[in-house]
Parts: sequence; C-alpha cells; structure tokens
Amino acid sequence: MNPLQFDYSAILKLALPETILVLGAILVLFIDLTVMRGRDAADRSSVLALVSAIVSIIGIFVFQFLPKTGSVLDGMLVLSPTTVLVKQCILVFAALTALISWRVRFTEHIGEYFALILFATTGMLFLSSAQHLLMLFVSLELTSLSLYVLVAFNKESRASAEAALKYFLFGGVAAAFTLFGLSLIYGIAGSLNLETIAMNLSGKEPDLIFYVAVVMALIGFGFKIAVAPFHLWAPDAYQGAPTPAAAFIATGSKVASFYILLQVLYVGFGEFAGDAGGGHFESGWQPVLAIFATLSMVIGNLVALAQTSVKRLLAYSAIAHGGYALVAVMANSVDGTAAVVYYSVTYGLATLGAFAVVGVVEDQCGDDSMTSLAGLKERSPVLALCLMVFILSAAGIPPLAGFFGKFYAFTAGVKSGSPDLGLIWIVAIGLLMSAVSFYYYLQVLKQAMVLPSAKNAPAIHANPVVLLVIVLVAISVILLGCFPTLLLPDTGVAVGVLSSG
Amino acid sequence: MSNLPFLTFITFFPLLSAVFILLLNSRMSGMNRMAAMGSSFITLLATVVVWLNFDPQSAAMQFVQRWDWIPSIGVEYHVGIDGLGLVMIMLAALLVPFALFISPGGEGKGYYSLILFLQTGLMGTFTALNFIHWFVFWEIALIPAFFLIKNWGGRGADRAAIQFFVYTMVGSIALLLAFLALFLAAGRLESAHPFGFLELADLARSGELSSALSVSLSSFDAFTTERGLMLFIFLLAFLGFAVKLPIWPFHTWLPQTYAEAPTPVTMLLTGAMSKMGAYGLIRILLPIFPKEIQALQTPLLALALASIVFGAAAALMQKDLKRMLAYSSINHLGYVALAVFATVAFTFDESTAVTERTAALNGAALQMFNHGITAAALFGFVALIEKRSGGARGMDDFGGLRKVAPVFCGLMGISIFASLGLPGLNGFVGEFLIFKGVFGLMPWAAVFATPGLLFTAWFLLNMIQKVFNGPLIERWKEFPDLTAKEILVVAPATALMFVIGIWPQSVVGVLNESMKALASGLGN
Amino acid sequence: MLTWTIYISFLGMALLMCLPKERPQLARRVALLTASLGLVVALIGASAFKPDGGIQTLVDYSWIPTLGIQYNLSVDGISLSMVMLTAIIAFVGVLFSWNIETRTKEFFAYYFALIGGCYGVFLSFDLFLLFVFYEIAIVPKYFLIASWGSTNREYGAMKLAIYSFAGSALVLLGIIAAYVASGANSFSLVELAQHSFSEGQQAWMFPLVFVGFGVLAGMWPFHTWAPTGHVAAPTAASMLLAGVVMKLGAYSCLRVAMTLFPLGLQMWSPYLGALAVTGIVYGALVALTQKDFKFVIGYSSVSHMGFVLLGLLSLSQIGLNGAVLQMFSHGIIAGLLFAVVGRMIYDRTHTRVLNDLQLMQLRKTLPFAAIVFVIAGFASMGMPGFSGFVAEIQILIGAWHGFSAYAILAGIGVVIGVAYTLRVVQKAFYPDKTEISRAELKPMELEPITIQEKVGAVILLACTVVIGLFPGVLLDWIIPAFESPLFDELRKGVGQ
Repeated sequence: MNPLQFDYSAILKLALPETILVLGAILVLFIDLTVMRGRDAADRSSVLALVSAIVSIIGIFVFQFLPKTGSVLDGMLVLSPTTVLVKQCILVFAALTALISWRVRFTEHIGEYFALILFATTGMLFLSSAQHLLMLFVSLELTSLSLYVLVAFNKESRASAEAALKYFLFGGVAAAFTLFGLSLIYGIAGSLNLETIAMNLSGKEPDLIFYVAVVMALIGFGFKIAVAPFHLWAPDAYQGAPTPAAAFIATGSKVASFYILLQVLYVGFGEFAGDAGGGHFESGWQPVLAIFATLSMVIGNLVALAQTSVKRLLAYSAIAHGGYALVAVMANSVDGTAAVVYYSVTYGLATLGAFAVVGVVEDQCGDDSMTSLAGLKERSPVLALCLMVFILSAAGIPPLAGFFGKFYAFTAGVKSGSPDLGLIWIVAIGLLMSAVSFYYYLQVLKQAMVLPSAKNAPAIHANPVVLLVIVLVAISVILLGCFPTLLLPDTGVAVGVLSSG
Repeated sequence: MSNLPFLTFITFFPLLSAVFILLLNSRMSGMNRMAAMGSSFITLLATVVVWLNFDPQSAAMQFVQRWDWIPSIGVEYHVGIDGLGLVMIMLAALLVPFALFISPGGEGKGYYSLILFLQTGLMGTFTALNFIHWFVFWEIALIPAFFLIKNWGGRGADRAAIQFFVYTMVGSIALLLAFLALFLAAGRLESAHPFGFLELADLARSGELSSALSVSLSSFDAFTTERGLMLFIFLLAFLGFAVKLPIWPFHTWLPQTYAEAPTPVTMLLTGAMSKMGAYGLIRILLPIFPKEIQALQTPLLALALASIVFGAAAALMQKDLKRMLAYSSINHLGYVALAVFATVAFTFDESTAVTERTAALNGAALQMFNHGITAAALFGFVALIEKRSGGARGMDDFGGLRKVAPVFCGLMGISIFASLGLPGLNGFVGEFLIFKGVFGLMPWAAVFATPGLLFTAWFLLNMIQKVFNGPLIERWKEFPDLTAKEILVVAPATALMFVIGIWPQSVVGVLNESMKALASGLGN
Repeated sequence: MLTWTIYISFLGMALLMCLPKERPQLARRVALLTASLGLVVALIGASAFKPDGGIQTLVDYSWIPTLGIQYNLSVDGISLSMVMLTAIIAFVGVLFSWNIETRTKEFFAYYFALIGGCYGVFLSFDLFLLFVFYEIAIVPKYFLIASWGSTNREYGAMKLAIYSFAGSALVLLGIIAAYVASGANSFSLVELAQHSFSEGQQAWMFPLVFVGFGVLAGMWPFHTWAPTGHVAAPTAASMLLAGVVMKLGAYSCLRVAMTLFPLGLQMWSPYLGALAVTGIVYGALVALTQKDFKFVIGYSSVSHMGFVLLGLLSLSQIGLNGAVLQMFSHGIIAGLLFAVVGRMIYDRTHTRVLNDLQLMQLRKTLPFAAIVFVIAGFASMGMPGFSGFVAEIQILIGAWHGFSAYAILAGIGVVIGVAYTLRVVQKAFYPDKTEISRAELKPMELEPITIQEKVGAVILLACTVVIGLFPGVLLDWIIPAFESPLFDELRKGVGQ
C-alpha cells in the first residue's frame, strides 16, 4: 500500500468522529494545563467532564451525517449501519462515564484522566470498525493501555494499583496470545484483511495450525470480554478501580470487544464455525466458545453467590453475562449479531447505572459491602429505585432490557441449530444459572429495599449530575426493554455482508 | 292441585323460616320457639294437604316439579313423590314440631333455626329425583345436625359431633363417587338425564348400564370384569347408605352420637335422619342395583341380621336409657334392611314373588314410619324424664315410677309395647309384613331374625320392670306426672300408634301401588 | 375495554409511588379507587363479552417484528373467568389491607404491580407477552412478603421467588424450543397451536412447560414454597398468592402446555396425574397435622390446586370445565380463609397457634369471624350449595373417565379435607369442652371487626354461594371457550 495513494479525504470523512475525539483529548489536556490551572480538583473535573461529554456527543451526531457504509485502507476502517450503531453506543458510554466522573476527588491528574477516557474511546471506535488484523491489534492496544492506566488512577488506594497491575499483566499475556494467533493466521491465509482471509481459506481443509491460531486469538479476545477461564482479572479490576473506570471497562470496552469478536469470527472464519449442537458435533470455533460460555455461566454465577462486596458481585455477574452473550455469538447468524449488540449495550447500561449507584454509596459510606446498601430505600429512594431497575435488568426480569437481551441471545442460539434445536443444551444451562443468579440479585435488593438502615448510617446525597445520569440510564433501560426495536440494528444488513465498498 | 309447587314449598319454607328467626332480633327464646313451632305447623299442614290430594291408585310420581339447574352436567331440580316419599315427608313433618316441643327451652335462636334448617334437608332428600339435587340436601342436612349436637349436647358432644360428621362424609363421598361413575356411563348411552334416579333405573334394568360403565372406566379392565366393576360401584354406593342407616358394622358412630346429642335432636336423628338411609336403600339402591344386591345377597342379609341381633343384644346390656334406645334403633332399622335385601331373592314363581316383594317393601316402608313415630315418642319420654330428674337417665337410677306418675308410665308403656311389636299397635304391622315377605322369599333369614324379637322384648320389658315397677326410690317421691300440655303433645303420637295398629291401611293404602310397581320392576 | 384492567393497575402503581409517604390514608384511598376501577372495567368487559364468539381480540400490535412477537391481548371465556377472579380478589384484598400502617403506599404499589401482571397473563395470547407478564408478577411478590410479612418472611419470600423463577426458567426453555421448532416466525398462541410438533418434541416439551408452570400452581413435589410463602405473607398478599397467583400457573398449564402439545399431554397425563393426586392427599394429610392455623390453610391450598391439576390432566372435557371452575372457586374461598385467619384473627391476637387460640373463646369475641370461617370452611370442604362442590364433582367425573384409581384417591382427599377443616373450626372457634377446663380460658379484649372486613367477607361469600347455586354463570363462559378452534387438537385427544 502506497501511502501516497491514500485518499486522505475519504479516510478523514469516515474517521471524523475518531479525529474529533483525539482533538478533544488534546483540548482537555490543554484546558487543564492552562485555564483551570490552580483550581480545585473537583472544579476541574466538572468542567472537563462536561467537555469530554460534549465531545463524545458531538461524535454521536457526526455519525448521523456520515455515510453509513464505506471502507478504506484495505479494510482498516469499514462502516456499515450496524457498525455505526455500535460506535454511537460506545460514544454514549464514554459520555456517561465522563459525566459520572463529575467532581471526582481521587486524583489530581484530572486532565490526564479525561484524556485517557477519550483515548480509550478512540481505540474502541477503531476497534469496532476494523476488519484488518493489524488495525485490530493496534486499536486493541490503544484501548487496553488507556484502560490499564485508568484503573490505576486512584493513587490513594492500594487495591487500585494492584488491580491495574493484574489487569496489565493478564492483558499483556493475552495480547501476546492474540498477536501470535493473528500472525499465524496471516501466515496461513496470506492476508491481513478479514474478507480476503475468508476468501483464501474458503473450501480448504483446516489443519492443526489453523485451529491453534484461532484458539489463541480467541483466548486473547476471551480475556478482553472477561469470560471464564480468562476472567481472573475482572473481579479485582472492577473492585479496585475507581468507579467510573470500572464502569467504562464493563461497558464500552465490552461492547467493542464483543463486536470485534463477531467481526473476526463471522467475516473471517464464518465457514469454520463447526457445530456444538447436541448430537452432531463438528469441530470449529463454536464448540470452543461453547466451553467458554458454559464455564462463564457456571463459574460466574456460582462464585457470585458467595460475594459480600457489591462490586465483586457485579464483576462475577458480568462474567456470567459474558457467557450468555457468547451463546448469541455462537449463533453465527444475523440474529446473533443483533442479539450481541443489543445485549452488550443494554447490559452495559445496567452495569454502568449499578456501578454509579454503588459508587455514590461507597463515597459516602466508605466501603462497597452489601450491608452498606442497607436501607437505601429510606436514605435515597430515587437511588434505590434506580438500583432496583438495574439489578432486575441484570437478572433478566421483563419488561426491562436485560430480559429481552437474554431472550434474544438464547433464541438466536437455539434458532441457529434449527430444525433440531442443537444448542438447546447450553440454553438450558444458561436458564438454570439465571435462576441461581436471581438469588444473589435479590440479596442485593433485599439490602436496598427491604432491610432497615443501620443505626448511624449516613444519609446519601448524590451529586445532581450523577443522579441525573443514573435516572436517565434507568429510564433508558426501561424504555429499551419495552421497545427493543429502538436498539435492534436493522438485521437486513448484517455485519460483514458483502456490502462494503 | 297437583300443579302447585307443594313439595318445593315444604322443602324451602322451613329454610326461610330459619333465616327469618335468625334475623329476628329477639332475645326471648319464647318468641323464637313460637316462630319455629308456627313454621313447623304450617309445614305439617301443607304436608297433610299433599297427603289428602295424593292419588293412591297411581304408582307414578306425583306433585312433580322439574327445571334445569346445571344443564351442562345434567343436574336438574327434580322433585316428586310416590307412596314412599309421601309417607316419609309426613314423618318428617310430624317429628319436627314434636322435637320442638320437647326442647326444654332457653336454647337461643340458633337452635331453632338449625332445627328448621334440618327439616329442609330432610324434606329435600325425600322428594328429590335427581342425584345431585338429592345429594345436595343429603349433605346439607349434616350441617345443622353437626352444630346441634356440638353446641347443645352433652359433655362428650364435640367429639361425637365430629365423629358423626366425618363418618357420614366418608359414606357420602363413596356414594358420590359411585354416582359420578354412573353419570359417565349414562352419558355414554346418550341419556338425557344421567343423574336421574328413574332414568338410571331404567338403564340398569335393560342391562345397558353395566356395559357402558365398564367402557367408561376402562382403566379398571385390568383388574376386573364388567360384573365385578358394577359390584364395586354398588359397594361404594352402599357404603353411603350403610353408614347412614346404620347397618352393622358401620354403626359405631351411632351410640355415642345419640347419647351425647340433646334429646330432641336425637329424636330427629333416629326418627328422620336414619330414614334417609333407609329411604335411599329403597328408592335409589334397589332399583338401580338389583342384580348386584342379588349377587351379594347372602352377605348383605347377614349384615342386616347382625344389626337386628347385635343391636338388640347390645341394647340389653345398656344401663343408660338413651344408649339403650340408640341400640334399639339399630335393631329396628335392621328389619328394614332385611326386607330390602330379601326382595331381590331369586324365585321360581313370579306371581307370588311380586306379592311377597310388595309385602316386604310395604313392611319396610311402614316400619320406617312406625319406628319414626315410636322411637321419637320414646326419646321424647326420656327427654321428659331427664327434665324432671335433672339429667339422670340411667336405668338403675329409677324405680317404682308407676306409683307417682301413673299417666306418664302408662303412655310411655304404650310406646314401649309399640316398639316391641305388640299386636294392636303400629309396630306389629310393620314387623309382621316384613316377616311375611321375607319368609316367603328367604325363609332362613326370617328364622335367624327371630332372636332379635326376643332380645327386644327382653330389654324393653326389663326397662319397664326397672323403671316403672319395683320399689320406689326416695328421690323420686316428687316426680311429677305428665302435665296437661305434655299430654296434649304425647297423646297424638300415642293415638297414631293405635290407629296404625288397628287400621294399617291408612298408611299401607298410599304405599301399596308404589311398592308394587317397585317390586314388579325387580324381576329376576 | 378489558385491557384497561392492566393499564389501570400499572397507572395506579405509578401514582402510588409518587404519593408522599406520610399520608397512608391517601394511599389507601388511591388503592381502593384503582381496584374499584379495575373491577368496574372487568364487569363492563364481561357484559360485552360474547360467550359464543370464541377468542375475541382486544389489541394486536406488531411489537418486535424480527422475532414475530405481537402485543396481542385477547379474551375467551376462560380468560374472562380468571380476570373476574383477579378483579374481585384485588378489590377485596385492598379492603383487607386497610390496616397496613408502615410504608403503605409502597405496599399498594407492589400490590398493583402484581395485579397488573396477573391481568396481563390472563389476557395475553402471544406467548412472549404472556411470559413477560408472568415474570413481571414475580418480583412484587418477593417484596410484599419480605417487607410486610410475618413468620420467617425473608426466607419465605426468597424461597417463593426462587421457585417461581426456576419454574419460569423451565418454561422459557420450552417456549424458545417451541418457537424455533415450529419454524413459524411467530409467538402467537393460535398460530403455534395449529402447528403440529412431532411426537418426540412433544414428549419433552410438554412436561418441561407443564412442570415449569406447575411449580407456580403448587404441583407436588414442587409445592414446598407455597405453605412457607403463604404463611410468611401479609394477609392481602396471601389472598392474592393463593387466590390468583397459583391460578396463573394452572391457567398457563392449560393455555400453553396443553394447547400447544396435546400429544404430550396424552403421553404424560397418567404420571403427572399421579403427582396431582399425591398433592391432593398429601396436602390434606399434612394440613391435618399442623399446629399453626395459617399453615393449615396453606396446605389446603396445595390440596385444592391438586384438584385443579387433576381436572386438567383428566383427558376429559368435563374435567377441564371443572378445573377452570375450581380455579375460580378456590380463588374465592382461599381468599376468604386467609382473610379470616390473617386479618381477622392474627392481626388481633398476634398468634396463630391453634392450641393458644383454643383458649381465647373467639366465638364470643369475634362472632363475625367465626360465622364467616365456618361458612368458608364448609365451602372449602366441597359442600353442595357452594362453588367448590360443582367444580369438584366435575373434576371427579373427569378423573373417573381418565384414571379411575385417581378418582377414588381424590375422594379420600375430600374426606381428609373434611377432617382437617372440622379440626381447625373446632380448635379455633368451638373448642372441645372435654379438653380444656374453664380455668384455662383466656378471653381477650379484641377490637371489633371493621366495616371494610365485613364488606370484603360478604362479597367473597356471596361469590361462592352464587356460583354454587348458579354455576351456569361461569360455565356459560367456560364451556363454549373450549369449543373454539384453539382447542381443536386438545379436544381430539380428549373424550366426553
């Protein structure tokens, strides 16, 4: 590829939102260094949060005016309506994360903090639209590195540092796996572009090296989406990281990672899915995912039962939900794509909301154990109600979004094996584990809604901006649950279908 | 005249009166009592009118009323009476005012309304011709009986009441199950009224019923034949009546219940409620299950005989007057059962068979009526004794009452002799007809029943000896004789005993045609 | 029109959430208004209903086209009977909850969320929508019991919620399987019913869905949540739970499992029928031994629901009619029994131990409660003249037709029912004179029965008596409903 032959205007057009984000990050740093110099950290953070949020929202709008399809640089940036939707959702998460960081006090490096958020977002955006292995890796690294640092941002907490270190080490190893796997694939298929890879490999009999490569790549992805058995970093990271950072990892990063997983598997290796259906096993990536999914659903839910810290509980529940979403990935169909997008976004919303609430409580009470939630109904009825919405959505109770997400994911999974309902066994496990999960979700709600508050429990006064965000997210969870079509991508145009230029 | 809803009236009027009394805000039990008595007299009057308008020559159901209640399951409100029914409603109509009068007074309005409520149940069962309709009243009669026993009874009344209720319920549920099975079978035969007694009897006669039954209850095929299945259903139905009558060995609830219940209630229990069982045997069981009764004739007769003999023997050993009379009831009703079971005997000579059967059935029905009157009278006297003695009613407590209360002993003596079966009094006719019929159909059964007569005579005479004759116990020196009011109440009953004894045709006349029709329907 | 029952309930819930919490009386009034409106709407809808018109669609919007999910609310005779039941119990339940003092508005908010869910299940003819409403009904139950309940409430609430949720997980599996296996991109009950699933598919889908729903219906041996939960729950919640919510399970067994998988029904009915009969007898036997008044009623509910299930599984038309009638009848009667035990007695005496109640001479201090309970007890026994009798004889006829042995066992269950009912009537109101001496009697000064309780009790009594004497009122809805094409396959497999 000759750089001189690049059509820079085309690139710029398609990558405009990402450009805006980078510029926004620089702007944030600039403002922090100049205008806000010497001000109080809380003040700085409110201003910069606003700026970051505005930047993200501008990005969302820009997408509306951009063409919805397009491809540049040999597949490094491929747009389709679904991809655009995913990118917009990532930007929403970025904005929300920025807003719940209003008036943070755990660090003095406010400008860097928000800049890192924006950089991570940029990485996620590029990740979602990458159909080129190299681009994939680069954006993956951009995202990961930014997130590693964000996790460590609370210098006053040892847990934060430990979490970040764990995250970094695990992430580094996983990145190595990914890179190695991807390079093997390049070696086998002779191209870095997913579609070309698919073409080159089509019809060929896959050999051992190929499987090794795919599995290694999957390991790397598995780490990123925090599914078992690559989940061990997640509970510590979620608990130790400052709340907004944890929220961001659980939301934006997950959405992007799931989406790129879909891209790689469907576009690149669609043919080699294999079959994990009961009764007719065929080797491929579907059985591998089946193993990850089952492990996640079981381990995530069972270990969550034993947790006393709400954040860790949410972490394990996230692992379990990763398992459920993997069922949709296994579907290898248009429904699967739609289901994964819907699931990851709505689960992200619910998690972000839950983290925000827990963060507020933690700020005022000092720890994030379940008992500190006691009596939330009296101390702050609005927060308690919103928490109920988020937790019930995670539990999968209609008419909230989490229910439809799970439903769609499972239906997509079963449909894919039709007419003999091949994947029904994994759906059965999933439903059984959901029933188990109901128990610990109810425990959280019991604390918040049923039990009386401790004698000297402090009243909870949430920051109005944070409160507003929480309420808006709760409303959106309800709305998306009642009218899922608002978020379902037009499944007539699926990911990677030969529609890019 | 036959078109006016008399039967509905005599069934529901007591219920309305009961509600009226409940709503009556009067504290004076006198007022409640009068209202109840008034209501029962009106009912009695209506029943007399029915009797007078009854056509004894016709064997068909009269005063019929019929409308659809729950069409989807063939439940109708279907009432009608033939001779048997007429005699029964007359009995119920006579006993209730008697019981009300014998009540000592001061019981409160609950008591009076419950007794009237009970009357509704009685009238309902004696006039119903559709099973569910019949069953409703059969069950409903239990509720007032339960409360009457429990709340106004003796020391052990609570336990007795529950025992009574649960025992009867077991039988009732078995009966219900049996008829639900028959409903299925009749429905399969496209019967228009699968719960109707007359319709079911027709189907049974033609033999279609049992084959339809075995098709409907096909899951029983593995266990038994068509005959066996019908027998099983028969046994279920039989259980219900056996408990109510009661027949040995299903009688164990009776002595306790009769003893603990307040005496007026015992009067109704023995006089009327037990007749519900007997009535059911004749009206329901016999027409629908003649072949089954025939198949099991020997064991059934044995049970009847056991009731007769053991009932009387047990009565002999009692010291408590009430218990003695309770066992005596078992004995007297055993005769009814004996007659009913004997009627299906296999005979060679069809023409005489019908006569014998008619005789047996007439006797059974008459015995029911007579026992009702007599037993009621006897319990009435016991109630009077209780009232005067302050509760004591053991035989050994008394002696030589004849000296201080000659009228009392005289009238009670008449009732005792009637119960014994002395010719000239009503008891004799019933027992005579029964023995005549049974002897003609199953001679050995009649023979084995005779010890019962002996035992009965023995204990009754014993009672006379102990209570009336003998040395006067100090305590009873002041035992008051019958007051004029009391004589006024007891006299009609005593008179009836003579009337029926001398002129049995008064009752048998209305019975005969219906019983003959029933008997001819039995065939072989 | 009938759909407004759902919307009014949820609107009521929203309104209640916004009320200030210091004004319980206002909350009560709003609740009563909501329940009354619901009842009025139900009555209007009932009068407009045409019994011979089959399934009458009320609303049908395309909701999620990708999966063929419609927002479809319709009504047939069976649904209508259940809606009436819900409306009546909802109204009466508010009356019996008049004395809730703590967090009143929250209580009624959850209450109406539950009611709205119930209405929704009975009116949904799209499988997805039905499931949504079914699940919506689970969460409020937890909070009602955990926050306002009595004995062991947290445990009881959790057990109830987990069991319900687990049952619905089974159901969801079955629903997804049915949807995918049918190939038709639709969740409409009518369309799915027309599809014939293969025998092999029905062999596992039927028990999965039936048992899943059966858990909520109190099917033995998955019934253990019911006594614990009902006892723990506050009175109105018990009334709703035993009266209406258990019927959600049975109704859905009929509406979903039996309608979609008639072959599966035939295959499994002997075995599931055995479970039903076991429930009848077991529930009755255990009720006989209980020391706590409310536990007796709780177990009696398990026993009565066993009758419903027996009727459903009897493979006979009469049995089906009886089952639906029994759903209504038991709903009313259970409501009545819990009202007496919970509201009239427990809220005043603060004990439910029968031996303690024996000493309190409740017949003299609470005569109204005594009379109501005695009448309700006879109704519960299946005495003629009350709604339970007509329902039970139909079920017994159905059982005779299906599996005669079950009929006999069920008959035994009825007798045991008589025994335990008499036992509690005796212990609570008419103590055995031989067992206690005068000296032990401790009559208490108890507050008189309020007008709300009286009205509520009278309404329920009237319902059971009216249906007992004129069952045609409901049977005229129920019997034609089974004639509709929806039940064609079911009717083919069923006799008489």
